[in-house]
Amino acid sequence: MFEEFIKNKDSWLNGRGPASEVVFSSRIRLARNFSDKKFPTRASAATKEQILKKVKDLYPRLEKLKNVRFLRMEDVSELDRQFLLERHLISQDHITSPAGKGLIVSNDERISIMINEEDHIRMQVITSGFDLANCWQTLNAIDDELDKFVSFSFSNSLGYLTACPTNVGTGLRASCMLHLPALIVTKKINKILELLAKISFTTRGLFGEGTQALGDFFQISNQISLGPSEKELIDNLWGVVNQLKQQEMEARNALIKKYKIRLEDSIWRALGTLRNSRLITSKEALSNLSMLSLGLNLGIIKGEDLFVQSGNRASSSKAREVINNLIIIIQPAHLQKIEDKQLGGHERDYIRAEILRKKLGG
Amino acid sequence: MLCDVCHKNVATVHLTEVINDKVVEMHICQDCARSKAEELKDQLSISDLLGGLVDIGGIDKKELAIKCPFCGLTYNGFKRKGRLGCGKCYTTFKDKLLPLLKKIHSATQHTGKFPASLGKKVSANTKMQELQKNLQQAVQLEEYEEAARLRDEIKELEKKKNV
Repeated sequence: MFEEFIKNKDSWLNGRGPASEVVFSSRIRLARNFSDKKFPTRASAATKEQILKKVKDLYPRLEKLKNVRFLRMEDVSELDRQFLLERHLISQDHITSPAGKGLIVSNDERISIMINEEDHIRMQVITSGFDLANCWQTLNAIDDELDKFVSFSFSNSLGYLTACPTNVGTGLRASCMLHLPALIVTKKINKILELLAKISFTTRGLFGEGTQALGDFFQISNQISLGPSEKELIDNLWGVVNQLKQQEMEARNALIKKYKIRLEDSIWRALGTLRNSRLITSKEALSNLSMLSLGLNLGIIKGEDLFVQSGNRASSSKAREVINNLIIIIQPAHLQKIEDKQLGGHERDYIRAEILRKKLGG
Repeated sequence: MLCDVCHKNVATVHLTEVINDKVVEMHICQDCARSKAEELKDQLSISDLLGGLVDIGGIDKKELAIKCPFCGLTYNGFKRKGRLGCGKCYTTFKDKLLPLLKKIHSATQHTGKFPASLGKKVSANTKMQELQKNLQQAVQLEEYEEAARLRDEIKELEKKKNV
């Protein structure tokens, strides 16, 4: 199942969207509940089954949901669930207790709808680069269409009602994944994180809630969902991310002016490590890929430098796509899908190194 | 390098965590990493702390026993899990939830999208709130002409609503 996702050329990993030199991806999700049903955490197995069935019967009628598939999480193997998590299509909660849960995912992976997670419906649209408006347009249209067929739990004063009071109101969480290596190297990041928290933005690592900030990636999202309108929430995030993007670009330019040789050394060494390792952990691989991505954006490394040995001449945008893709496919479940077998930690480090060498002309 | 946690074994796992909005690096051994991974699995999220945010001033037992007529969740149950059981819970625990929502969102009024079926009713309410917000701002900024205009508009809207 899902093997074709790995080869998906149009996914949010293609590294093409606006400002993709800093903003890896943009994502918006909406939480919704049916008005006459208990929320999933209090609902009986029978109620959850009713909801699953209702959504299953409904989705083929939605114009906005073409080229999608519906799955029951219980029918998805543990490895595939982990794989979907690594591709940011489902949450940790959807993996740990799959009973009564479902998923609708589009073939291009742009749209995913979790059923019976914490709320009856959690729908998200994810896209590469800095393009929140694009996400919202699609998501809002799906929500409008769904609204014609079902009655959502809603209060005039509190808006859309959700299991957790932190999501009530719009039920909206917008986030951007940012690559901020220069702000980290120049140690400006701590101050920025403090400021962000003060103005109600949440910061997380590469794989969402409770994960570490790996490979210089940070996910920034709105903390509040009640009060401002959807547009205001999205505009506010846009403003903050745009600011961070500029700060990062300035820090990059300052770095290259001041420490050109040292920077070049680190970047070429990163490529050396990735091209020559025989065993590599995901942490080491991520931090080197992060350097490589920085090198590419600063023009220190060109597309043809990456692939020259494999005789595969390529542009920088193609190179970015390869790097973005590697960041995801070196994760444990992806390696096991690619190899089509269970792998221990040591074996994974070996396979990971092999894939990196192959893709980067080692 | 020795493990930052047990100071016995060699550190082989290197963690970067964001703690209190600061980036903290940790170097730990395999064994400590395993227990750390367990810890991360049930790490507290903001919502898990909600239970702790409500009723800081104390609460009596009667209030804890208040039960939602639709889903059966008690107020105590909400405090423990930080999750509500159904839409009705918002009405049942309204007195307790409003101060909490104010703390989380600094707001208690939705101004965004609404289901199409509720269209007109809600849009009038939302319009009213927006006008009132603007009126307050105008008064604070001592823009009295604008304030007078807004006041008239609010009166006008109220008349329409009562019809």
